[in-house]
Amino acid sequence: MLSKQPLQFYSEPLPGVDVGELQGKLIVVEGPDAVGRSTQVARLKAWLEQQGHAVLDTGMGRSALASKGIAQAKEGHTLGPVTMTLFYATDFADRLEKEIIPALRAGFVVITDRYIFSLMARGIARGEDSLWLEKVAGFALVPHAVYYLRAEVPTLISRTVMGRGQFDFWESGMDMRFGPDMYESFVRYQARVIRALDRMSMRYGFVTVDAAKPADQIYRELQRHIAGHFAPRKRPAKKAK
Amino acid sequence: MTQLTPNRFKGKLIIVEGIDGSGKSTQLALLSQWLRSQGLAVAFSEWNSSPLVSDTTRRGKKKMMFTPTTFSLIHATDFADRQERYIIPLLKAGAIVCADRFAYTAFARDVVRGVSPRWVRNLYRFAIQPNLAFYFRVPLEVALGRILGGRDSIKYYEAGMDLNLAKREEESFRIFQGRIMEQYDAMAEEMGFHIIDASGSIEEQQAQMRRIVMDRLGDAVASGQILNQEGTTHAFEATTAVL
Repeated sequence: MLSKQPLQFYSEPLPGVDVGELQGKLIVVEGPDAVGRSTQVARLKAWLEQQGHAVLDTGMGRSALASKGIAQAKEGHTLGPVTMTLFYATDFADRLEKEIIPALRAGFVVITDRYIFSLMARGIARGEDSLWLEKVAGFALVPHAVYYLRAEVPTLISRTVMGRGQFDFWESGMDMRFGPDMYESFVRYQARVIRALDRMSMRYGFVTVDAAKPADQIYRELQRHIAGHFAPRKRPAKKAK
Repeated sequence: MTQLTPNRFKGKLIIVEGIDGSGKSTQLALLSQWLRSQGLAVAFSEWNSSPLVSDTTRRGKKKMMFTPTTFSLIHATDFADRQERYIIPLLKAGAIVCADRFAYTAFARDVVRGVSPRWVRNLYRFAIQPNLAFYFRVPLEVALGRILGGRDSIKYYEAGMDLNLAKREEESFRIFQGRIMEQYDAMAEEMGFHIIDASGSIEEQQAQMRRIVMDRLGDAVASGQILNQEGTTHAFEATTAVL
């Protein structure tokens, strides 16, 4: 059974959206690069569908409007930090208005691989003002749950090397040259991103999951949490006379 | 109160604003030419012109994908790219950067589209505060006459067709431009606009602009703060007299 509590915007209601109509669930999986978010999102989606829920999965940089433009801009390695933040904010707004909100209206469970928090953390890691970022992203809906897959830099390094087998220019923050090469820049940049996410944790009510654990264990933990959101609500106990 | 980012660089930022058909681009071109003739380093940047963002904007317009929020954000992205890659390095070098439209365009246009004024003003907080902002104020009918006479059709977003103000482009454009003008007028004082009466002759308007520039930037030019050709006089020559 779905909770009757309506979703809300953080600080800036989007024109033309009646939050009372949004019947679905909004679940966010956050965390730094290479922490294993997409693996979890795919498994959760399959599981939720098995349970009979209609699921929309979406993620940062996948909008119909801006995904190609962002990919092109990143190829050129000429994307400035503020430009990057705003390009991703455009991407996010497009997905929110064109995919997430319509799906929530239709009663879907929306699982998103990253939300505004990665966007903000990347900006903060690049020296942008956190208050500015928070207001820019103020039109986001407050999710039902934010799962923060948290790992330390050494874990991210081993997963990057074992996985893709090389460091990525942007995941290493090489646009800011945090270090003389991709490895050193990665270490410093990702540490900044983790610190920024950690700082947001309390304020935005993240559920922190230790992502250094094996993937199966993380999955079970997420399942348990998410199942709680769909549990039938108990009728309020009658007051004793 | 709107807070932009103070210009801590040697160079100066001059911007023009006004509704379509107010003549601001013509005036800015004349001003840049004059500044160059004074031996100063002058650069130019136009609203909605970043090559990094243009494909996305084109896609959004062609397929009518924009909402007020994404329209606002993509223009801010465009501006950010021009500022980060072009305007700031030039200001650091000591150039005079002339911009045709600035954040104020968003403050007027996006608000008419229904975006919150508070939100869009925060969005552009990264923008460098102009040293001089000119607002070309013109009666709506004059501007419309210049625009509507000069071309066959007005584009969808330009006419504000996304706002469902009217069925026909021309009528929608009138209403849209009128509302944008109201926004400009309302912010003129707060933003410190130098208001130019754009119904006057081109020569009069240009003379007025040059006087204001000499008055406000004369010292920076005389002190050599602004990049100039070696050997030229480090002060404005009063060429406005020729006009």
